[in-house]
Amino acid sequence: MSQPVSFVTRADALLGSREAAAVVKGIRHFTEARDRVAEEFPIMEELRDRARTIRLHSLRHLDRLLGHFADQVTALGGTVHFAADADEANRIVAEILQRSGSRLVVKSKSMVSEEIELNSHLEGLGMEVVETDLGEFIVQLAGDTPSHIIAPVLHLTRQDVAALFSEKLGVEYTDDPTELNEIARAHLREIFLRADAGISGVNMAIAETGSVVLVTNEGNGRLTTTAPRVHIALMGMERIVSRWQDAAVVLEVLARSATGQRLSVYTNVITGPRRDGDPDGPEETHVVVIDNGRSEILSGPTAEILACIRCGACLNVCPIFRTVGGHAYGTVYSGPIGSIVTPGLHGMDPWWELPYASTMCGACEEVCPIRIQIPSMLLHLRERAASEGRLPGWLNRGMSRYAQTTTDPQKWRRAKKWASRLSAPLASRGWLRRIPGPGRGWTQYRDLPRPASESFNEWWRTNRGS
Amino acid sequence: MEGQRVQLLVTCLVDALAPQVGRATLAVLERSGCQVDFPEGQTCCGQPAFNVGLTDQAREMAAHTLDVLDETEGPIVVPSGSCSEMIVHHYLELFEGTDRADQAERVAARTRELTQFLIDDLGAAPSASCAGCSVAYHYSCHGLRGLGLQAQADRLLEDVERVELDGDKECCGFGGLFSVEMPAISAAIMDEKLDRVEASGADVLVGGDVSCLMHLEGGLRRRGSKVVVRHIAELLAGDEK
Repeated sequence: MSQPVSFVTRADALLGSREAAAVVKGIRHFTEARDRVAEEFPIMEELRDRARTIRLHSLRHLDRLLGHFADQVTALGGTVHFAADADEANRIVAEILQRSGSRLVVKSKSMVSEEIELNSHLEGLGMEVVETDLGEFIVQLAGDTPSHIIAPVLHLTRQDVAALFSEKLGVEYTDDPTELNEIARAHLREIFLRADAGISGVNMAIAETGSVVLVTNEGNGRLTTTAPRVHIALMGMERIVSRWQDAAVVLEVLARSATGQRLSVYTNVITGPRRDGDPDGPEETHVVVIDNGRSEILSGPTAEILACIRCGACLNVCPIFRTVGGHAYGTVYSGPIGSIVTPGLHGMDPWWELPYASTMCGACEEVCPIRIQIPSMLLHLRERAASEGRLPGWLNRGMSRYAQTTTDPQKWRRAKKWASRLSAPLASRGWLRRIPGPGRGWTQYRDLPRPASESFNEWWRTNRGS
Repeated sequence: MEGQRVQLLVTCLVDALAPQVGRATLAVLERSGCQVDFPEGQTCCGQPAFNVGLTDQAREMAAHTLDVLDETEGPIVVPSGSCSEMIVHHYLELFEGTDRADQAERVAARTRELTQFLIDDLGAAPSASCAGCSVAYHYSCHGLRGLGLQAQADRLLEDVERVELDGDKECCGFGGLFSVEMPAISAAIMDEKLDRVEASGADVLVGGDVSCLMHLEGGLRRRGSKVVVRHIAELLAGDEK
């Protein structure tokens, strides 16, 4: 999981890249659609409040809701497994597949499966795993990683995809989106029919009926969960609501916030395995409820982040994400939400710097359908990083000195005088083109105003002072 | 309203790097009939430390600022959405449950960003001027999203020639110490903003926060752009050029 290079290194390498250009282009489509659909929907704001209440209620009653959910699934003939961490989750899934003699596994999109690195685990056991969400399929074909929680190939252009398909699938080059879709569809359809098992994510689990809800735009989720003999649904343990009405509210804000759709094209509800008389459906259904660090988050100051419904709206409006793309974050969950989730799930080391990848502009909180207080949680994590002594020495020392100076008006006066004097030889017409020391990053890209020879305070005391 | 006593909190950046904005703010307030005091012990509100997570240092600076301001009377007017928000919102968090909680509440309740004070409290009429020039306005994030300020600047700028600035409510990439900790990313966000500023055809880029403005002006200068950058107080005071 851990990446040896820092966020800044990865991000700087992506600046101005083809990948970053693709992100800029792709993301505008999302934000414009989201704004349009939110505006035309008069009760959007009210529904956001309700969705928030629902999600926070779920977090407060998580143990009870999960218990109830498990009872319902069991009564329907399915099986619920609880996995404490990634290893256990991978082991559970592998055992189900091995016991059922499954060798070819189809998957619909599941971020938690990326989080636990399920594919490589199963492939290591000799199974063939095929991603069927178009974006994930492309990612898998390219040996890449998803760069956005709902748009895994936001970083690729359709020409990139065209080149990939012609290379890996041996088809004639076309960059026509419809034709590319057809190619993937034809390729995958045959695999669906042969697959032994299907693995899906879960957008929401509903405690009262033991149902899992799956939202897709491509129909691959439905095929994954119904065509093969075995269906395994993977869910982060927070992904639950009490009742059907609650799920309906969340669905109203989810698609609107994610893609600017009123509703996703497919909303699948899966309630247990195939029943007598059902024409299709899996013989076995399993739900794997994964903790993997969530309990830890739940007991801390960033607990609210678990109310996230993974719409990706905060990524789309984040100035940092928009500039560098998701791969800069070096992990599955990117953008503002990822900067909180990742240190929570995988520890502060080496992920403590992600909360600093923010200008604190607040655009994320403004669009979050659950009104999660993202900036204030980023600040919590920054405070934690600072208290763990992770900040660079110059910043720690510099800020302590600054605090000493600014808590004493005499010192502050002298410091301004010195700064003005010292900068005088470096300045040209009141501006500095290059300064040494930790501030050099500023002047690498922009001029810096020179500290004034007469501060406002001094001016006041000379001209207005009593 | 005549002779209303107000306290001017200029912010550390205005004090040290942009005193002309402090003088413009003073002029605007006095012209609006206020009797302006300047608490001379003021330094920095502590936001730089708060934003990087050095909460103890932030609390020391905030405590100093509270002591300086709490012994004064009347509205505290700040030509910065960002520093206002620090006092209005974050001081309450910093001192929650401490013996300074009441003091923080008192000072927060008196603190107003400049455009907010002029429009919401004084009911001032539009008075910004910029003869023969067109103006693009950048809504800085903390004022916009933190304090909900937008209409106030729009109202004050009604009599100037405004040009539309694409993405005028999006972050400029400054982000406090972010601008030196992750300078390349900060500058890339800034560059997109500056492209839009230049494409807008504006002669003057105006905003309400010296912090974002010096980042943008520094970038414009580096490009050799002709666009001039001014704080809204300067337009209100008639110092547009």
